[in-house]
Amino acid sequence: MIEIKDDWCKGCGICIERCPVNALEDSDRLNKKGIRPPQLKEKNECNFCRLCELICPDLAITVIPDKEVKKDMKKTLLSPTGGKNK
Amino acid sequence: MPDIKTADKLNKKYLRGDMWPTIFCNGCGHGVVLDYTFWAIEELGLDMDKTVFVSGIGCSSRLPGYINADGLHTTHGRAIAFATGIKAANPDLNIIVFTGDGDCSGIGGNHLIHAARRNIDMTVIMINNFTYGMTGGQLSPTAPLGSIATTAPYGNIEHPFDICELVKALGANYVARWTVSHPYRPMKSVKAGLEKKGFSLIEFFSPCPTACGNSI
Amino acid sequence: MMYKRDPELIREVLGKKVQFILGDIACVYGGLLAGCSFFGGYPITPASEVAEGMARRLPRVKGTYIQMEDEIGSIAAVIGAAWGGAKSMTATSGPGFSLMMENYGYAVMTETPCVIVNIQRTGPSTGQPTLGAQGDMMQARWGTHGDFEAIALAPSTVQECMDFTVEAFNLAEKYRNPVCVMADGEMGHLRERVVIPDEKDLKIINRVPATIDKDKFIPFTNSQTRNSKVPDFPTFGTGYHTYVTGLTHNEKGFPATDKQPDHEKLVKRITTKITDDIDKLTNVEKLYLDDAKTVFVTYGASARPAESAMEMARAKGKKVGMLRLKLVWPFPVKEIQELASKVDKIIVPEMNLGQIVHPVREYVEGQCKVVSAPKIGGEMHLPHELYKYLEGK
Repeated sequence: MIEIKDDWCKGCGICIERCPVNALEDSDRLNKKGIRPPQLKEKNECNFCRLCELICPDLAITVIPDKEVKKDMKKTLLSPTGGKNK
Repeated sequence: MPDIKTADKLNKKYLRGDMWPTIFCNGCGHGVVLDYTFWAIEELGLDMDKTVFVSGIGCSSRLPGYINADGLHTTHGRAIAFATGIKAANPDLNIIVFTGDGDCSGIGGNHLIHAARRNIDMTVIMINNFTYGMTGGQLSPTAPLGSIATTAPYGNIEHPFDICELVKALGANYVARWTVSHPYRPMKSVKAGLEKKGFSLIEFFSPCPTACGNSI
Repeated sequence: MMYKRDPELIREVLGKKVQFILGDIACVYGGLLAGCSFFGGYPITPASEVAEGMARRLPRVKGTYIQMEDEIGSIAAVIGAAWGGAKSMTATSGPGFSLMMENYGYAVMTETPCVIVNIQRTGPSTGQPTLGAQGDMMQARWGTHGDFEAIALAPSTVQECMDFTVEAFNLAEKYRNPVCVMADGEMGHLRERVVIPDEKDLKIINRVPATIDKDKFIPFTNSQTRNSKVPDFPTFGTGYHTYVTGLTHNEKGFPATDKQPDHEKLVKRITTKITDDIDKLTNVEKLYLDDAKTVFVTYGASARPAESAMEMARAKGKKVGMLRLKLVWPFPVKEIQELASKVDKIIVPEMNLGQIVHPVREYVEGQCKVVSAPKIGGEMHLPHELYKYLEGK
């Protein structure tokens, strides 16, 4: 899960834009300057890559890995051609 | 790769908490560079009592004010000359210079050339946003040919400056160029620059969402 | 590895006790005696010999010498070295002094101790590089932008070049302000006999380092350990994590540029820390002032022909005296006012078109007549030329 320091967020939107699994969105709450900080979507596939934490210009996001949740691995559409499966 | 530490713990150790939030505009790359520098310092385990941050004037030069260490905020373009003096007086200190493209290559070009030539043991982190951001978006020596700025309303007719090539030719020990959107590799690069003895220059391409993204 | 002042090593490097040397080299001797361990310079006539002398001797006393790329880099490195813990100085002449003005103001604002030796030459611009003048006296006081107090000394002999450089370091360390030694080309390139003082006759003042608890230390306010407007010095590398900036700052050192009271408080403290001590700082030499009716008020190289003219006049029975200013800025207001109440005429010989004559006139307030005796072009006044000012008129 992620922790956001609301008053440090400036609403640039880089974390939402750069998340590789599109797990972030604008929340409904407002901070002191009238900005909407981000939040995790209800159905998200966050894999704790920490890109949002590393790229936030205001150091406002902290990623805390959940130890117990095991996510389903998404199977790719590519299958091998040739060999035994032909 | 940083593993146990989180951004929160890093903040408490290295930031001057009561100075935050920063004066930077939303989406500015300077905060990201500060972040990468913190991670690099954390991995190296530098002693913050023996590290000095020097800067000139401009948006990039506000960075030492947020770091919990000795800082020297000097006059426009002269940060590298001040850093030479500090290093000469006490060679045991680690010197990190934060500077911008106009500060470093425009008014401070002479000092950059001679510090690189002398191979003084310091690390210069230069944040290149192709403009003079703090004063509102004037033309910078690194702005591309044909770009528009408040003092070049008909397009820039001068060729830009390649700072990395210049410093390489002078024989600096470590020269690197990254953008602020690479997340992991710049941290390792800053760490390598800090570790290496001699003059290191790390350039970061950064967006300037307000000034450079602004047409007149 | 920090510099430690070793008096025996310094004297071994300086050589014999009595020597016949250039004024420039006397400034080098003065710096080394005071414990200078960093010199950043740039060659300029007539001050190149200071840089050459330092290049030769400073490494032998375990200091550091760098020839920087220009004068701006020189003064920047000197200020940086002061924050790194060294006593530092630079030497230049008119054109270099003009270049250094921005960072001179930076040293005033950040309360950095350093010494600038200005071997003045004729100006404006390139002028006559090999001939001396006294044309930068006002620039030492008003050269940089903004409101500040300057400290400047003017030596008249080569022995004074050495002694005043030591005194300049003491004043810089005591008040945490840059100090200028305003010699001129005549003094710089003159060879005279000097006597190097013994250690017991020498008075050295060092900056007071910050020693109190790091959480309680406030860098830019009145001293917390003694009764003084000059704060204790938190050298870089001692763990105080000080932020030093040229912007208007609050007591902790962070930028505070929005409100009028912050700026007024800061600038008033850094100016009054010097003007409060004007009586202690005033340093003049008085000759034959008890019964004099006409007095020469002079400083630096112009004092020498003025003294000869005064002796010539005294031999003929005229009541002439001389007041020589050793410390020119801050200006010795009380001395001038006292003098003006007793005499009829004040003559101010200078090797410029009249610079110190203006504060003299201002503080005399019409109590007596003030005459300027300017001479430009690189030649000193001749005694009979100054004698003419004493006849009649």
